[in-house]
Amino acid sequence: MADIENAVELQNVVKRYGEFTAVQRMDLTVPDNSFVTFLGPSGCGKTTTLRMIAGLTDITEGDLLIRGKRVNALPIHKRNLGLVFQNYALFPHKSIYDNIAFGLKYRKVSKSDIRDKVNRALDLVQLPHVADRYPNQLSGGQQQRIALARAIVIEPDVLLLDEPLSALDANLREEMRVELKRIQRELGIATVFVTHDQSEALAMSDKLVVMNNGVVEQEGAPEDVYNNPASAFVADFLGHSNIIPAALGTPDAAFTNVALQSGETLLTTSEQTAKANGSTDVRAVIRAEKIGLSDQNGATDGVIAIPGRIKTVDYLGQQARYFVTVNGRDWQVINPIDARPHHEGADVFMHIAARNCVLLPGHHD
Amino acid sequence: MMSGWSLIRIATILVYLFLFAPVAVVILLAFNANQFGSFPIEGFSTRWFEALWNNDAIIRAFKTSLILGALTSAISTTLGTLAALAMVRYDFPGKRSISTLLVAPILIPEVVLAVALLLFLQFLSMPKSFGLLLMGHVVFTLPFVVLVVQARLVSIRRDVEEAAMSLGATPIQTFFEITLPLMMPAVMAGMLFSFTISFDDITGTLFWKPGGVETVPTQIFAMLRNSISPEINALGAVMVIFTIALPLIATAIARVASAQKIRAQKTTA
Ligand SMILES: Nc1ncnc2c1ncn2[C@@H]1O[C@H](COP(=O)(O)OP(=O)(O)OP(=O)(O)O)[C@@H](O)[C@H]1O
Ligand SMILES: [Mg+2]
Repeated sequence: MADIENAVELQNVVKRYGEFTAVQRMDLTVPDNSFVTFLGPSGCGKTTTLRMIAGLTDITEGDLLIRGKRVNALPIHKRNLGLVFQNYALFPHKSIYDNIAFGLKYRKVSKSDIRDKVNRALDLVQLPHVADRYPNQLSGGQQQRIALARAIVIEPDVLLLDEPLSALDANLREEMRVELKRIQRELGIATVFVTHDQSEALAMSDKLVVMNNGVVEQEGAPEDVYNNPASAFVADFLGHSNIIPAALGTPDAAFTNVALQSGETLLTTSEQTAKANGSTDVRAVIRAEKIGLSDQNGATDGVIAIPGRIKTVDYLGQQARYFVTVNGRDWQVINPIDARPHHEGADVFMHIAARNCVLLPGHHD
Repeated sequence: MMSGWSLIRIATILVYLFLFAPVAVVILLAFNANQFGSFPIEGFSTRWFEALWNNDAIIRAFKTSLILGALTSAISTTLGTLAALAMVRYDFPGKRSISTLLVAPILIPEVVLAVALLLFLQFLSMPKSFGLLLMGHVVFTLPFVVLVVQARLVSIRRDVEEAAMSLGATPIQTFFEITLPLMMPAVMAGMLFSFTISFDDITGTLFWKPGGVETVPTQIFAMLRNSISPEINALGAVMVIFTIALPLIATAIARVASAQKIRAQKTTA
């Protein structure tokens, strides 16, 4: 058993469907009390992984541990898990009360305790008055709250949620996201959350797991993954990035030159140059949100200014996305819309700070 | 536009007349006091129903039909429901061909089916029996149960069952707590279907029934060979009422039961 208690641990887990490998050699831990999010494009194996943890899908190879115990062959009904689905999956022929009480019936809880627990769960999801209703008498958002109440009332070892918010409209989604996080904190329940919405993933997780093609591309705290993508896939998938092949100059204590293939030269920090492992063949990743736009040159120590011309502007609510042409190459820049937004055709300077120039190894992946 | 609609309306009325007028005539004539069934009706009487009640052969046939129908529907519903579950919830080799085979009896003319079963029996050199008759009825009512229950099962989402199991219910408990109640309306419908189909089948029954055993339809058939007695009209009326009333009663019971359940839950919760 591990020293730190892990709610879930995957060791070298593989899932194959015939010839096709849906999940490849996955090693992953879900620490106690933490909120872990699987993020990745459609078909990357998020649901498959979640279903293996739940016991709804067999594991082809490797081991699955829940609370330190190997449970590969333990059927789902003996695993003590809370499961929430995209389409709520409430029992349509049972009242809300009976829906929530369902799991308690199999747990030797007395009638009066069942009533207390169900009422507490209803309070927790802020729907104390719907016990007598049937699922089809509730809105989508309310149904999802009941599904959550039904899953947590049994005090599960792990809460597993597969895109629980994706059937809700945008406003409700936002509200439910906050609610879900509040409930998870309040109960301190280890949670695995599957989504392909990156803002959801960044806002909610203690640990973010970015998956692609059945492998974990990167895992870590959301800000680390966001600020320091370990691969071009992660850099591109999380937010918008400019990824440009470059040659690294001689490392320096302060800043090191990064000569972009497109002709400009940026600066980067020693922290980043260490990642190159002595090679000069690198790719520079500059997040669109981390580039400042200005009509002044304004270069300072550690900040490079690159002149360019605005080709197009997309307004995205409080932000605008600019395509800035520099030496024939288009850069993506996302800036808040302030008093004086930049217009198409304007000549501007892109300000790029050394700490925002992240390096990836050259063309190996 | 208007005249187009009136034409359709008239056509519809004619079609319904064509379908139901003979049935209405049978029921009307059943109450005719006159010995010879002809219009206009001369006097109202229930004497033919009384004659029916006192006719031992008919009462015996009625009992046979009831028992046969009840057994057929019990067996067909059980087998058909299990088959539908297997078809929808499990994957196994040969699933498609078995699925086709199960509903094939609907597509094959009943006479062919009847003769085939008889030949098979001869091959096994077994005499005709009530068991064979029952088997025949099960074979051609089974597809209806399978089709109805299958259609319902497809609409029951798998994740509802998975949710139940994640909450601690074993697969068997999940079946009885979730799947069965959700597919119950279809199971009931299948049960009624198989009962009524068995109750008024004549083709297969004529081939399969052992000597001396008559069901209501074969009894009517036998009586018709001698003469057209008004008793037959009365029997026809009884059968019409029986086959119409049965589903209506079943629906009413189901409705009352579910209303009671809701009320019970409202008071406990
Ligand atoms: N029963 C199955 N048989 C064969 N292949 C399957 C099966 N289930 C899933 N797959 C394949 O495994 C891969 C991963 O599927 P999975 O459902 O885990 O994706 P996902 O990451 O949840 O995608 P999404 O975001 O669209 O839900 C997909 O390529 C899918 O086609
Ligand atoms: Mg999925």
